[in-house]
Amino acid sequence: MIRFDGVSKRYPNEAATAVDDLTLHIRPGEICMLVGPSGCGKTTTMKMVNKLITPSSGTIHVEGRDIEAVDTIELRLNIGYIIQDIGLFPHMTVAENIATVPMELGWKAQRTAARVDELLDLVDLDPAIYRKKKPRELSGGQKQRVGVARALAADPRIMLMDEPFGALDPITRAKLQDEFLKIQEKIRKTIVFVTHDIEEALKMGDRIAVLKAGRVVQFGTPMDILAAPADPFVSELIGGRQALKMMNLIFCGQIMREVPVIDRGQTLAAALRLAAEPGAGRLLLSSNGLRERFYVDAQSLALAAGDLAAAARPITRALRPRASAQDALSEMFRTGDRFLFVEDDDHQVQGVIELDDLFRQVSRYEHAHRA
Amino acid sequence: MDFIRFFIARWQTILQLTLEHLVIVLVAMVISILLGVTVGILICQNRTLARIVLNLTSVMMTIPSLALFSLLIPVLGIGKAPAIVGLVVYTQLPLVRNVHTGITGISPAIIEAARGMGLTERKILFKIKLPLAFPAVMAGIRTATVMGIGIGAIAAYIGAGGLGVFIFQGISRTNDKMVLIGAVTISMISILTDRFLGRIQRRFDR
Repeated sequence: MIRFDGVSKRYPNEAATAVDDLTLHIRPGEICMLVGPSGCGKTTTMKMVNKLITPSSGTIHVEGRDIEAVDTIELRLNIGYIIQDIGLFPHMTVAENIATVPMELGWKAQRTAARVDELLDLVDLDPAIYRKKKPRELSGGQKQRVGVARALAADPRIMLMDEPFGALDPITRAKLQDEFLKIQEKIRKTIVFVTHDIEEALKMGDRIAVLKAGRVVQFGTPMDILAAPADPFVSELIGGRQALKMMNLIFCGQIMREVPVIDRGQTLAAALRLAAEPGAGRLLLSSNGLRERFYVDAQSLALAAGDLAAAARPITRALRPRASAQDALSEMFRTGDRFLFVEDDDHQVQGVIELDDLFRQVSRYEHAHRA
Repeated sequence: MDFIRFFIARWQTILQLTLEHLVIVLVAMVISILLGVTVGILICQNRTLARIVLNLTSVMMTIPSLALFSLLIPVLGIGKAPAIVGLVVYTQLPLVRNVHTGITGISPAIIEAARGMGLTERKILFKIKLPLAFPAVMAGIRTATVMGIGIGAIAAYIGAGGLGVFIFQGISRTNDKMVLIGAVTISMISILTDRFLGRIQRRFDR
């Protein structure tokens, strides 16, 4: 989708090379993070994609075409662009801002207006309220949403994002990151995302290119980078607690195991038998085929007398499949239990995670990389 | 009482000279604004050029207006032409400076976003830079026009006519009523024009 081949950029009055013989192939539909300290060449690299900066040597292909041969304006109109200061045009309304590229492409007014409303909905701003507002009437987070909508206006296949959430407070930033990831699941753009924040890179990236002094020191998935930092520079950038950070990248939905279900009407003996099967341990109660928020385990079964209901324990706390393994660990430490149930949005229990599962998952990645 | 009677007796001459004054200033301002805005836009391309041009326009404004008009006589003779040229030269500074300040004061992020999104340099100028610089440009036009109306009085000295005629005649005949009429009328035109332009400026300056 985007290919850098031996790209360098030298500025006339600077001794150091801004970008040094960079080769990077970015796949369709992935978020490629460019991360590194200031002056590492990440922004320069990004700006070469839409020809805001011309490389001194090397070639860049976008969708198979050498960009040197592509008309600059045409290239830019087909690439969404978002920068940290957003750069909303203050004299235009939100709708006019979003309509900028469609207007340049000669869309009909009706089609443009419909698209503007669609995009405002997508970024969770009510079109009826926000369409006519001026940028200065918006909060930082709202401006950034409009920036995202504007970049998506003509449905480009590629987006360039230069620290888009950098200027926001931590809470708004986390919220917008989550929302953006949700949007990306739907739209599947090829995204070049520049950040100096390794946490953001680990969270947002499908793959991460770590840059230092104009060179790529490591290119890989967040897991790759956490599990096997290429050199001390990358380790330092990650800043320790790697295993805990890896747990941020593992989701409860991925690692939860099926929990066997047993009807309330069954006998204690039947429950004990089922619980003794390998990998079972805990059983979820059900009545009339519906899953309840009660469970039994070997211990409660052993203590109970009479029917199964006597052994039932309530499930007070459960996490969603989107929650991270780190959330699960934290929850286990909080409750003191060595297990945790996972529920869907309708509070239906879907599975269970054991503390041992967390250990196994994280160390599996570590071992895979050491081998 | 005496003053008002004097005013009523000569209202036709006053009206004629006022119109003459307005025409000179209007023609001069149209030329001046076109020139000043163009120069202001052009010098934004280059910082050194901007400094040179802005210094030059400042120097032009420091020339005493009477001297400037006199210096134009050998080149353009007397009458309205040198008066208009003089006014144009004189009112360049507020125009060029304000256009330059207005455009260079725009956040670079806005320009970069526009460029990165695929607007041509022409579109960036007309759709982004000029609308955003408009309040500053309009303020420059206001200052320049009010200056032009005032300095236009001196143009009478080189035979351009206008309300300055009253002032110069009043001085030579030691007739303070004439001087007063010229001065008061010019002041009134200035104030009205300033208010009118101010209203336009506010309408766009949302």
